[in-house]
Amino acid sequence: MSLRSPLGRVLGLGSAKGGSGHWYSQRITAVALVILGLWFVASLLMLGHGAPHESVVAWLRSPFSAVMALLLIVVGAYHAQLGLQVVFEDYVGDKGTRVVVLVAIKFALVVAALIGVLAVLRLAFGAQA
Amino acid sequence: MAQPERPLSPFMQYRWQYTNTTSILHRITGILLSLCFFVLVYWLAAAAGGPEQYGRALACIGSPLGQLVLFGGLFSFCYHLLNGIRHLFFDAGYGFELAVARKTGWAVGIGSVVMAVVLWVFVGMTLGGAA
Repeated sequence: MSLRSPLGRVLGLGSAKGGSGHWYSQRITAVALVILGLWFVASLLMLGHGAPHESVVAWLRSPFSAVMALLLIVVGAYHAQLGLQVVFEDYVGDKGTRVVVLVAIKFALVVAALIGVLAVLRLAFGAQA
Repeated sequence: MAQPERPLSPFMQYRWQYTNTTSILHRITGILLSLCFFVLVYWLAAAAGGPEQYGRALACIGSPLGQLVLFGGLFSFCYHLLNGIRHLFFDAGYGFELAVARKTGWAVGIGSVVMAVVLWVFVGMTLGGAA
């Protein structure tokens, strides 16, 4: 017999009112990042000695690399946000400070991710041909 | 009047052991990787900005401090990757037996150091001093 109310079961919410979505997203992004992370390290190795500018340009001109790089940036920022949220929720006791820190992290990561996306798109569309 | 005994948070009373070490390292490397995300974006933005800007970014990454950050990031990547996979197995219900968890914990620790050093030989060459 389940102790959960029918409404609670329908909404999928426990006593914490949420969190399963956060937990699940963290795992899904983790699985994706195993692939994306290994791809990125392999790509770095293939850029060659000194990672010359031409190699980086050529690398991101390939649609496959560009899509993988975009995924790495978006999924990586999302995973970082989820992880940092858990850490700061655990260690920052004061509620006001906690909210400020969590919002600041989100802002910083969204801005950085957009800069990264724009950079990859510029290279992918041949800004540095 | 004396304060009655209050229960302590686990981290105040548990003795130091491998379980909390692997856990805290996962968090520390996660934070470091989040910081490295900004370095990655800087590197990409510099590449999109043109050869001159890219050269300045490489010089920055090639400096002793930059190389230290890069190696820290590389080790964090290796550790967080291997321990993350270990945690995904935990989440799926595997490897939770004490003896197994201890072995995989040590494997992750040693494996990440070896992986980081081996990769550094190559990555250091890629993003090394050749700015």
